[in-house]
Amino acid sequence: MTSRTTERRSRRHRRDLRWSPYAFVAPFFVFFLAFGLFPLLYTGWASLHRVELTAPTEMEWVGLRNFTRLLHDDFFWNALRNTVTIGLLSTVPQLLIALGLAHLLHQRLRGSAFFRVAVLTPYATSVAAATLVFALLFGRDYGMVNWVLSLAGFDAVDWQNGRWTSQIAVSTIVIWRWTGYNALIYLAAMQAIPRDLYESAELDGASRLRQFLHVTVPSLRHTILFTCVVSTIGATQLFGEPLLFNGAAGATGGAEHQYQTLGLYLYEQGWVNLHLGRASAIAWAMFLLLLVVGAVNWLIARRLGGTATGGGATGRRATGRSPRGGRTPGVRTPDDSTPGRST
Amino acid sequence: MTHAPGGRRRPRGNRIATAVLLLFTAGSLFPLVWTAVAASRNNTRLAQTPPPLWFGKNLLGNLEIAWEDANLGSALLNTTVVASCTAAGTVLFATLAGFAFAKLRFRMKNALLVLVVGTMMVPPQLSVVPLYMLIAELRWTDQLQAVILPGLVSAFGVFFMRQYLMEALPGELIEAARVDGASSLRVVWHVVFPAARPAMAVLGMLTFVMAWNDFFWPVVALTQSGNPTVQVALTGLGRGYVPDQSVVMAGALLGTLPLLLAFVLFGRQIVGGIMQGAVKG
Repeated sequence: MTSRTTERRSRRHRRDLRWSPYAFVAPFFVFFLAFGLFPLLYTGWASLHRVELTAPTEMEWVGLRNFTRLLHDDFFWNALRNTVTIGLLSTVPQLLIALGLAHLLHQRLRGSAFFRVAVLTPYATSVAAATLVFALLFGRDYGMVNWVLSLAGFDAVDWQNGRWTSQIAVSTIVIWRWTGYNALIYLAAMQAIPRDLYESAELDGASRLRQFLHVTVPSLRHTILFTCVVSTIGATQLFGEPLLFNGAAGATGGAEHQYQTLGLYLYEQGWVNLHLGRASAIAWAMFLLLLVVGAVNWLIARRLGGTATGGGATGRRATGRSPRGGRTPGVRTPDDSTPGRST
Repeated sequence: MTHAPGGRRRPRGNRIATAVLLLFTAGSLFPLVWTAVAASRNNTRLAQTPPPLWFGKNLLGNLEIAWEDANLGSALLNTTVVASCTAAGTVLFATLAGFAFAKLRFRMKNALLVLVVGTMMVPPQLSVVPLYMLIAELRWTDQLQAVILPGLVSAFGVFFMRQYLMEALPGELIEAARVDGASSLRVVWHVVFPAARPAMAVLGMLTFVMAWNDFFWPVVALTQSGNPTVQVALTGLGRGYVPDQSVVMAGALLGTLPLLLAFVLFGRQIVGGIMQGAVKG
């Protein structure tokens, strides 16, 4: 081997070392910029224009008019209210059930592998399929739910047309699809709790319920907080369930918009009424809502961080899942990114 | 395996836990089973009380109508293409980028990683309008690439692979390959991919499920008469495209069955993947 070729090789080697990292991240960032970051930023620009779906390239500057219009738009406030109430109706029971379910799955059980797969099965069902089935189950005249209620002596409930009843029904679909998923997240975090915490609690004579409340739940608080945030984000973009819950109503979210969410309203403005500019403004409103959620999360996390006892010391990482119907498969954030967390 | 809190056997608690879990499981699986029941009946029977609780004889007929009238055959094919391409692309790009973030040194690394992590929480609705304008400009509406290409972007995937490779790939292994004169590409092929394989499988499965069930963007980008995915085609079914409810249920069943089958086959791995994603360390 001549020294020339060695020289050439080592130069190639250095070039390789220097540039290959960029080559490896490049494909991701090319797609990311084109289909992720650019549209995200451009939404803000589009929201300041009058853009119609029929001619998406013709944009007319209107300043903040799309936003001021939203402030005086009853349907917008209605959708915002519905998003919040459906979000609460679906998230709170979902996470509570998931916590209890995870506790059960954490026991030494026969067939635990089966149960884990079984509780996750609804997650494999698409929004579309699940909603079509639940719409039938919640039918007013012949639906299974009303039939069971009638057996128990209750009157038939109009699940599609009442405001609360329809929102409960839509929330049920969300709860059904996501509870098992959250239970597995909690279960994973539970398995990281050091055993000696339970042993000392037992020595102190704590009952199992007290152990659950005073050891398990505090140890999981970062995971719980995280699932709250992710579920809330999922709730702000609820779309498929209200779109399909009553096929005839479609994007209006019920005859009187009684379960129209922000996501659905955005779709209605953009793709039914063809106002892309207004749809962008709604997207920004959703973004603001998320920022509020994030701020609340930050405040709570800071509170929690001050009283950390050891649940966070095991190097656990809470992660999450994709917002419902989201394009990104699974959203995940390192627990450590929660501001103010103490380890 | 799992340990009961406190680590002691508690047969009684277990029996109660098992009973509650059985009830819960039955409740979770019921809507799926009932989809098949309703799909095997007809409209008249579905419009009677009590609702049918057991299978009828119309399953094959309803599946056929759904298959033909709603074009579910081609919709299923479209969905398979979309989900496979999305999963393959996501796994490949995420592994490459995850490897670079986990093990290589380069300028801007931390800033770029923060950018990746920061955008993970941003919902797709926020960028849907410009994305639609983009694909309209490219004349991609109703084309499958309109759904596939944006799906290749997965910040979650990059982060997932990075976390995995940080622990699963010893730096000495890469060093050894370098000393042997391997180029970066060879390192990726002979060291990184083998080490990352378990995580790639998990990420692939999760991405496939997500892409198969994806709803919002496909509904925006693909019309029912164009190149619908199963989810978009089901939207048409639900809107009375086919009037018979049992046919709608047959369609819902067809759209769900492939994934249910995958769950029966790979359920444990998928569960493991989600739990592994949830906890590290």
